[in-house]
Amino acid sequence: MYRYDIHDQTLVDERVAQFRDQMDRYLAGRLGEEEFRPLRLQNGLYIQRHAPMLRIAIPYGMLASYQLRSLADITRRYDRGYGHFTTRQNLQLNWPAQEDVPDILAELAKVQMHAIQTSGNCIRNTTSDQFAGIANDEVEDPRPWCELIRQWSTLHPEFAYLPRKFKIAVTGAAKDRAAIQVHDIGLRLWRNEEGELRVKVLAGGGLGRTPMIAEVVREDLPWQHLLTYLEACVRVYNQFGRRDNKFKARIKILVKALGIEEYRRRVDEEWAHLKDGPQTLNQAAVDAAKRHFPEPERRPVAESAIADFERLRTENRSFARFVTNNVTDHKVPGYKAVTLSLKRREHAPGDVTADQMDAVADLADRYSFSEMRVTHEQNLVLSDVPVDEMQALWNELEALGMANPTVGTLNDIICCPGGDYCSLANAVSIPIAQALQERFEDLDFLYDLGPLDLNISGCMNACGHHHVGHIGILGVDKKGEEFYQISIGGNATDDVSLGKILGPSFFRQDVPEVVEKVLQVYVAERHEDEHFLDTYRRIGLKPFKERVYAK
Amino acid sequence: MPNNVDTPTDEAQANAPVHVDHLLLDGELAAENAWCVSYDADTLPEQRPAFVPLPLWQANKQDEELAPLLLSDTELTSALAATLAPLPAVAIDFPSFTDGRGYSLARLLRERFGYAGEVRAVGDVLVDQLDYMRRCGFNAMALRDDQHPDDALRLLNSFSVRYQTDVEERQALFERRLATSE
Repeated sequence: MYRYDIHDQTLVDERVAQFRDQMDRYLAGRLGEEEFRPLRLQNGLYIQRHAPMLRIAIPYGMLASYQLRSLADITRRYDRGYGHFTTRQNLQLNWPAQEDVPDILAELAKVQMHAIQTSGNCIRNTTSDQFAGIANDEVEDPRPWCELIRQWSTLHPEFAYLPRKFKIAVTGAAKDRAAIQVHDIGLRLWRNEEGELRVKVLAGGGLGRTPMIAEVVREDLPWQHLLTYLEACVRVYNQFGRRDNKFKARIKILVKALGIEEYRRRVDEEWAHLKDGPQTLNQAAVDAAKRHFPEPERRPVAESAIADFERLRTENRSFARFVTNNVTDHKVPGYKAVTLSLKRREHAPGDVTADQMDAVADLADRYSFSEMRVTHEQNLVLSDVPVDEMQALWNELEALGMANPTVGTLNDIICCPGGDYCSLANAVSIPIAQALQERFEDLDFLYDLGPLDLNISGCMNACGHHHVGHIGILGVDKKGEEFYQISIGGNATDDVSLGKILGPSFFRQDVPEVVEKVLQVYVAERHEDEHFLDTYRRIGLKPFKERVYAK
Repeated sequence: MPNNVDTPTDEAQANAPVHVDHLLLDGELAAENAWCVSYDADTLPEQRPAFVPLPLWQANKQDEELAPLLLSDTELTSALAATLAPLPAVAIDFPSFTDGRGYSLARLLRERFGYAGEVRAVGDVLVDQLDYMRRCGFNAMALRDDQHPDDALRLLNSFSVRYQTDVEERQALFERRLATSE
């Protein structure tokens, strides 16, 4: 876990003071609405449908128990006792009073947190793999690199007024769990035959109104040049990205318009001047960043304890279900990562109450070295749980309502706050998620369906990442009425794809029925053990379309 | 529209040179701001001294009461930089405070081409942008008319810490940290 030194602390403290001054001037009428807008956005503050919304950064998803307790405290004192984890590993407060925000930011600064650049046309929170540092398939722990990028991008003087928002995601594993192909910049850490660390740089991916898959700018950037290369990538975007139309202002539109060769040529031309310059990384700097992410002092777990754990799985069906769905293998034998499901019918996906935050913080202290991770699927992860404590943890999670053994299934719905909260939304999304969870709650049915990503966005800004859901649902507005467009075949992992729209959109009450018909086609058409996505890729859209729109 | 909130009704008004009262120069409030900014691409302004659009300046280089105004979409080639190098002052326009291209232009002028004269931010220059402008190499900022000079002086240096290198700081914080830990 990254710990602030005097520099980091001073910077966030001064940032709070700066924003307090801006808020004071705004409230006194000395700073206009329009002038205040980018300032408040770059401190995470949105003006929402019912109340302001504050988006708090959780850098690359890493959270310590003392921080989560502080967040719980903040939601009780300044909000309505709950928070919402987003698809970009952030936490949103839905009901803060605008004038309290400087105080909230000051509270966050006390626990080494902030809301800097969580919105606005700047470089946003860098996201990563929730299993960073513990995954079996990891080549390089992405967290120190994410932290170096966080520092480079924080209050970067040149890139605070980009044409549009800019999101970076990093993976260091064989399997991409950070959706790097649908980010403005995606980075993959890998090693060449000589064992040297290289960075594959992708650009121009993104969801939103015009979803696009990123293209490769550079396959094999030596790690020393990561920051200078990023600087060149963003500088070219800052200078040439469109500013005349905000719907065409993302880097994906620039890369598409120039073509990847021309974008690369401009980046390389720029980089020729920056390469080997003062932001070039060296081993000592990287080692210093790495020292913030040491291996926790894991006690040895006896072979017999591992055998007991495996035996319990065969004996206890409920436990087995939990382990199969919510527990992930760890690089260290005897340890597992546990995903805490934040998907329960009684709450919006990703919502956590203050009491639950406190409870999770306690669990992290007792079972997983006082740390946890936020996933882009809007769940939480305890990353270092010894298997001989798994049953005890499971019992506690059951009591908390966070052991729902449905991670990765249809029930593990990814969903934006939608029209219930967000002023941008065309339609509600949370009630759709709840209706679907209600309809498809039979565990045997869910398991039979296998891995299935269902994503819901309340508008084309696509915060629910509906384009990359195996089933994607998008709220659309037609003459003031809410309708839902359904797409299938999207995927956010290595074999990335964007979903295809089934056809005309549906009434809200018909959505569960339509999803059920889609699933019926899959169940009827699938080969043995074939996943939904593979069946769709084999048979195409037509059979689904025919079934759904059959008269 | 720089320094102009209302939509001008006629061309003459649109092209009228803009003069603002408050200028920050090298961290202090200048006693006066002699220079106006003219956006008219075709005609030289009567008011002098004046920053005028680059092509117009190039056509009238001999006039010492003129200096070039770089619009935010200016492509700063090495040939252009060489032309600017001997000049005492260059202005970079912010057509809107949300247009961030001027920050890159100023950095390139200073860092890549070593321009040593005055780099002045003109147009939609707000007090909350001054800290970033300063770090990108602007040493002169002509404040939009409604901006308070006291705020400007107070906000010009809002941070004592920076992570990145910039025009003022040539060592990234990761390097400075290593130096102090040795």
